Amino acid sequence: MSIINLLKVAMTAILSNKFRSFLSMLGIIIGVAAVIIMMAIGQGSKESVRAELSKMGTNLLTIRPGAERRGGVRQDPSAMQTLKPADYESILKEAILVTKVSPEVTSSGQVIHGANNTNSTVYGESPEYLDIKLWQLKDGICFNEEDVRKSAKVCVVGTTVVEELFGDKNYDAVGKTIRFKSIPFRIIGILKSKGYNNWGMDQDNVIIAPYTTVMKRISAQTYYNSIVVSAISEELSEKATEELTEILRRNHKIKEDAENDFTIRSQQEMMETMSSTMDTITVILVVAAAFSLLVAGIGIMNIMLVSVTERTKEIGLRMSVGARGIDIMSQFLIESILISLTGALLGIGLGYGGSWLARTVFMLPSDVPLWSVSVSFCVCAFIGIFFGYLPARKAARMDPIEALRYE
Amino acid sequence: MQTSDTNAGSSPRKVVIELQDVRREFRVGSEIVKALRGVSFKIHEGEFVTIMGTSGSGKSTLLNQLGCLDTPTSGEYILDGTPVRRMKRSERAVLRNRKIGFIFQNYNLLAKTTAVENVELPLMYNKTYSAKQRRAAAIDALKAVGLGDRLDHKSNQMSGGQMQRVAIARALVNNPAVILADEATGNLDTRTSFEILCLFQKLHRQGRTIIFVTHNPEIAQYSSRNIMLRDGKIREDVENHNILSAAEALAALPKPQDD
Repeated sequence: MSIINLLKVAMTAILSNKFRSFLSMLGIIIGVAAVIIMMAIGQGSKESVRAELSKMGTNLLTIRPGAERRGGVRQDPSAMQTLKPADYESILKEAILVTKVSPEVTSSGQVIHGANNTNSTVYGESPEYLDIKLWQLKDGICFNEEDVRKSAKVCVVGTTVVEELFGDKNYDAVGKTIRFKSIPFRIIGILKSKGYNNWGMDQDNVIIAPYTTVMKRISAQTYYNSIVVSAISEELSEKATEELTEILRRNHKIKEDAENDFTIRSQQEMMETMSSTMDTITVILVVAAAFSLLVAGIGIMNIMLVSVTERTKEIGLRMSVGARGIDIMSQFLIESILISLTGALLGIGLGYGGSWLARTVFMLPSDVPLWSVSVSFCVCAFIGIFFGYLPARKAARMDPIEALRYE
Repeated sequence: MQTSDTNAGSSPRKVVIELQDVRREFRVGSEIVKALRGVSFKIHEGEFVTIMGTSGSGKSTLLNQLGCLDTPTSGEYILDGTPVRRMKRSERAVLRNRKIGFIFQNYNLLAKTTAVENVELPLMYNKTYSAKQRRAAAIDALKAVGLGDRLDHKSNQMSGGQMQRVAIARALVNNPAVILADEATGNLDTRTSFEILCLFQKLHRQGRTIIFVTHNPEIAQYSSRNIMLRDGKIREDVENHNILSAAEALAALPKPQDD
């Protein structure tokens, strides 16, 4: 029989049992929609993380103490104290591929103003910090080298801190004094709001103060928690990393074959790490959704087996008028492929709808990757063939005499 | 292969069907059931043969053999020059498609399908026909059985007699070497049975070869030859020189009262 006639026969068979055909399609529809929505959200999140990270400056390098951690092995606490003021000095003096440097000392705790208090983190930085992170001030000014030298008790705060302590995030808090661990800080600048970042951290709940102030007056430490650096450009990040490594190894007197006691990570790497985490989550979700496709395939096989049994007499008749096994086989295979592909099309539509809903109603970043559409379509074609094969073979192998006699 | 008849007196006619000591055995559990125990006969082009026998006589098995739905355990069956016994399943399917027209007791029409589509079915499996030729052939066949005005009626909108006419048209559409009817009037009332018999006699007069399997002895009177089966063997094989006219019998029937 020609392919057009086979399609006609399959269409007739599907349409003559509309509700049943729809039910067996439903599994495919839901499965495909689930796969597409999951992939859309996965892809969308990845894109938005990427955008978020590049907003922080793609030429950002972060130097952290301690060797690169592998497999969660706990490190010697002294390894976390390897970044010293001398390293900062050397970088300032020697590094040529680096434009801006800021040592970083952090301390978390309660911050108080009048009867209000909130938990926040004080970041001890150099005045170049805001430029490195591409952060901007909404109000006031940032501290300067003079403040650093004098360990001045001044700070720049994020809007969340203002809101928590003064009741209104638009409150003009410049000139007010807040207390952090009983040390008074005068607010000299307020940061523009940046909202939450992608991994749920409030980027406005920060207090930035001169690093000397934090080291001397709050945490009483002589080492840095990290050093953040701006490379000249994104392209030169790698070269800058090599340069910094060289300076720090020499400073730390690390032998030729010994491991670094610090780690330099570029924004690029951060992005890759985030992306790969996202990918893992996406893969898990998609695999879960794909299992529903498998179940849907079994549903189709079940319906096809019922359909073959129901139409035994028709099969017998077709055989008696000259249908070969292969004709009967293709008839039922095409029917199951048609069911699963129709389901796939409806599922793709539903997936697009669902992803649109996720984007507009639930504000989730979602973006249907085109390849996910073609992949689901191919997978469904495969499901149609794979799960239609057994029932089709059963039909093709029927004995025409028995089939004609079947009641 | 054989084109001449050995019977003295008649003109040379083509042999359409030749059975040579056909035997068919079935294994049922540990027993072997011999359904056909050596059946031999020839049927010539243009014959209208009834095959009769009680149930268990082997007539269904013989019909399956003649229809190439089954193959003999031993012996040979030659259909229109083609030996069937060693043919593969798919080869026999093609052979059925080209050489045989089946008519069943319960019509076996496709449900929710129009008369034309039902008649087209055998040609669907014949790639040499285009869609247009197929339709034209189906319409011709339906006209030949007197259903030219019911082409697009669906099978559930027709009476038993009409459905059987559609089935006959379906059996004619591929211009087969032989038409095999299995109790073709078994589900019909007397009047409709005679109408269908009239149609068979008309086809016979047009030169078609017809084999009519039945357990109803009355039908033998309207055919040109009668083969009686019993216990898997031929008990009687006689030519009917006094063929009754189904049309006359139909006219003699009392008119339906409720018309």
